[in-house]
Amino acid sequence: MNIIAYIIQKEFKQIFRNKAMLPIIFILPLLQLVILSNAATYEVKNIKFAYVDHDQTSTSRALIDKFNASTYFNVLTVFPSHEKASSAMLLGNVDVVLEIPNHFERNFIKEKTSDLGITINAIDGAAAGVESGYINQIIQSFNKNLKVTYRDASENVVKPVNIASIASFWYNTTLDYKTFMVPGILVLLVSMITLFLSGMNIVREKEIGTLEQMNVTPIRKSQFIIGKLFPFWVIGMGLLTIGLILAKLISDVPMLGSLLLLYGYTSIYILVILGMGLFISNFTDTQQQAMFIAWFFVVIFILMSGLFTPIESMPEWAQILTEFNPIKYYVEIIRMVMLKGSGFTDILPLALKTLAYAIVMNGLAVWSYKKTN
Amino acid sequence: MKRFIGFIKKEFYHIFRDTRSLFILFGMPIAQILLFGFAITNEINNVDIAILDHSKDATTQEIINKISASKYFTIDQLITRESDIEEAFQKGKIKAVLNFEKDFSKNLIKERQATLQIITDATDPNTANTITNYINSILKNYEQSKNKNIKLDYQVVSETRMVYNPELKSVFTFVPGVMTIILMLVSAMMTSISITREKELGTMEILLVSPITPFQVIIGKVVPYIFLSVINAAVIVLLSIFVFNMPVQGSLFLLGAESVLFIITSLALGILISTISETQQTAMMISLMGLMLPVILLSGFIFPISSMPEPLQIISHIIPAKWFIIIIKGIMLKGVDLSFLWKESLILISMTVLFIGLSIKKYKIRLE
Repeated sequence: MNIIAYIIQKEFKQIFRNKAMLPIIFILPLLQLVILSNAATYEVKNIKFAYVDHDQTSTSRALIDKFNASTYFNVLTVFPSHEKASSAMLLGNVDVVLEIPNHFERNFIKEKTSDLGITINAIDGAAAGVESGYINQIIQSFNKNLKVTYRDASENVVKPVNIASIASFWYNTTLDYKTFMVPGILVLLVSMITLFLSGMNIVREKEIGTLEQMNVTPIRKSQFIIGKLFPFWVIGMGLLTIGLILAKLISDVPMLGSLLLLYGYTSIYILVILGMGLFISNFTDTQQQAMFIAWFFVVIFILMSGLFTPIESMPEWAQILTEFNPIKYYVEIIRMVMLKGSGFTDILPLALKTLAYAIVMNGLAVWSYKKTN
Repeated sequence: MKRFIGFIKKEFYHIFRDTRSLFILFGMPIAQILLFGFAITNEINNVDIAILDHSKDATTQEIINKISASKYFTIDQLITRESDIEEAFQKGKIKAVLNFEKDFSKNLIKERQATLQIITDATDPNTANTITNYINSILKNYEQSKNKNIKLDYQVVSETRMVYNPELKSVFTFVPGVMTIILMLVSAMMTSISITREKELGTMEILLVSPITPFQVIIGKVVPYIFLSVINAAVIVLLSIFVFNMPVQGSLFLLGAESVLFIITSLALGILISTISETQQTAMMISLMGLMLPVILLSGFIFPISSMPEPLQIISHIIPAKWFIIIIKGIMLKGVDLSFLWKESLILISMTVLFIGLSIKKYKIRLE
């Protein structure tokens, strides 16, 4: 037992001695948590809107006013011709162009219907879809107004059926992205720090040559590994704690579930990551190699974790692959516990998988660590 | 000059000798772009929903059939009580519940109006919003089919044209982003590591006392990585064209030139990182922890920059990746030429110059 304590002491000294590393371990991630979580929003706002009005009548102006009044669209620019508007779109100065044709009002009165051209920059397909939705809403409400103004009062029409739908958004009524993103990004930062540090740690001793010295000591394999990994486990839990406090104080993220449950789960989860780091360490000779591999997996884990894009949207094979992604489990659980107040039985299936993962990963890591060449 | 070439040769040997790193270096981008190109999408598909039907009549059944027939939704569960909704959401699988009011059919015929509640698990606001929109459009369709015989008049019919990406494929936004991340991180990380490695192992001293100038040392370090990154960029572009059917509307030559420019910018950033860090560990943590998330989040790769709060929009200007993503999308999807992209290119060039200038100022040729 004493031996483990000494190793842990040594490791902590080594970590805290490197003054350049401290801010990277603690300040950088937390700064990113606070600042970057604001960037992660799919909301489509400030749409750069332009129009070409060939008609120049009161009806066309009424339509433009509708767009003007909407909060989604801003920077209303007018272009004299279609060509001018197109080149502005090429430059990226305009996202949406509304083109009102000649005789817009006249067609309307004569034929009771009129056409309208809308061009949307669809490079970001998702945003374009949302923009098109906003535009349709505006046009529909414009249509409603028109019917009121133009329809003959005497005209007897059958009332169309109408299915009214009421949307209610549970757990996040204001659709605030920060609530959704902060827990996820916190998971990411905890995982990245613990994986990179543990992945680099043993291989560093290998590269510098001090690992041989450790190997000739009577320290047993298990003692060495526990002593090596424990400090990172502490750092991971520490980061989680500070992160949760910041999430509460600065971003006002709710904490509906049990903190104990979250900590209990995290303590298992970090073991998975540490086992992974150790495993990588064992199979590499230089820190460079270790980091490449860690980086490769981290990028895949991040982008396939359901953190930024939903897992349900992925093709079947990719969803199966995400079963091997520890970050996916943690992201899902932290959101369930913090935002929905899910309890022990709700997260049990995911937690059991994580536990199995931890056992397998650490088993592999210990097995592959050899004291002798 | 001969000495310098010898030095570059040494660097190439270093890289090619380490077959494992080399394998990762080339295998990684290919694996990532294939994986992400197929898997990452923010469209919704096969979302599990539950139904709470208080009327159980022909109309609600018809609507439920319509919804389950669409590829967006799978009806996973029928629930009978309001109190079960909470439980379904907490298990995490169900993302939305459709709650039909009592006497839905009757109301629709008699009052010409019936009400339906769409309850979504809005912990993920984007998915919740999209689900609501999709269900609404299915309802609208159904409504229209019921109203077929009633003539609707006085309306504006809009014709929407989606330009540059008519099918709204999300691959078109993600592939340029993934390409940028890979090039940026690989280039910055590799140079910073290879320079600090010499420092840490003590071989930097040997290089400094050799007749090669410090400037040549840096250039010699960077040249092999330019070479490797260009190959990587080419592979990624080929994959995006042949596997993901990305168009290249503009000039392939310009795309190549801009990629080289961006690679040099990233390498310059790597050099700068190496001058401020003493150990490989520090260099790696700066380039991984410091660059990864800002590049993913602030470059416009996943989240639209124009929706971010003002201060973050300003910060995003200093992320080189942002400008490169604009350039790639411009060339590949819009087909614009340099006259449209000179500003972005100029920004990348100035960043490169700045990084190199700072590195030269910070670079110590003396031992401490």
